[in-house]
Amino acid sequence: MNMAVDLGWYLALAALLFCIGVAGVLTRRNALIIFMSIELMLNAVNLTFIAFSRSLTNVDGQVFVFLVMAVAAAEVAVGLAIIVTIFRHKETVDIDKVNLMKW
Amino acid sequence: MELLSELIFYCFVVLTIGSAVVVVFHPRVMYSAFALLFTFFGVGVLYLYLAADFLAASQLLIYVGGILILIIFGVFLTSSIMSLEILQETHQRFIALIPIALGGIVLLSVILSTPWTTTATTEAVPTTKLLGRLLLTRYLVPFELASLLLLAALVGAMRLARYFRTEE
Repeated sequence: MNMAVDLGWYLALAALLFCIGVAGVLTRRNALIIFMSIELMLNAVNLTFIAFSRSLTNVDGQVFVFLVMAVAAAEVAVGLAIIVTIFRHKETVDIDKVNLMKW
Repeated sequence: MELLSELIFYCFVVLTIGSAVVVVFHPRVMYSAFALLFTFFGVGVLYLYLAADFLAASQLLIYVGGILILIIFGVFLTSSIMSLEILQETHQRFIALIPIALGGIVLLSVILSTPWTTTATTEAVPTTKLLGRLLLTRYLVPFELASLLLLAALVGAMRLARYFRTEE
């Protein structure tokens, strides 16, 4: 496998992916979609880490990606448990309607 | 061979970005969840192009095999699909556009204005051994902390999701 295109392209791709994730978080009101958008952003950051790791020929960046994956897995487990619990109580996953702690 | 490799690369770039757009903007939650599968897969293939073989495999195992399945379970458990019509529209599109455009422009201008040193492409070596060594020497503490975090998340998720019957 060669490096098909140089580092800048990978970074631009990751930036684009990140922006799409931000758009999802800002415009959608469904908690699950927001969740998926956060996963998109995490993936974009991971891609950046790996692109730099490849370009600098240093494996340390990949260790970070590994840890990010672990944190993402924990986040998904707890977050989905919270969403399911909220749904059980309020029959909705609309984050505008979950305003108990808002003032 | 070179050309074919590049062609496949661009196919996967288009697949990744396209399915990411579907994830964010498709009105139906279930379609978003399935589009996320292709995004994760595309990113995994890009990892392969960046010679991160171990992480490409873990991407498939953790994201596609674990996180995505969990999200699909979440969709099944929460959406009584008929009643979710309200949630399908997007809100405050134009206000949201401002921070997105600003952030995107800043990122892109930084990427374009930095002179990236393109090192000569080195031979892709298997990274599993290197990663394992690093995780058990220099990054031992973060590694152990991550396992602790996973244990805490496991217990917490079970505590949250358990169905408590109200005692009569």
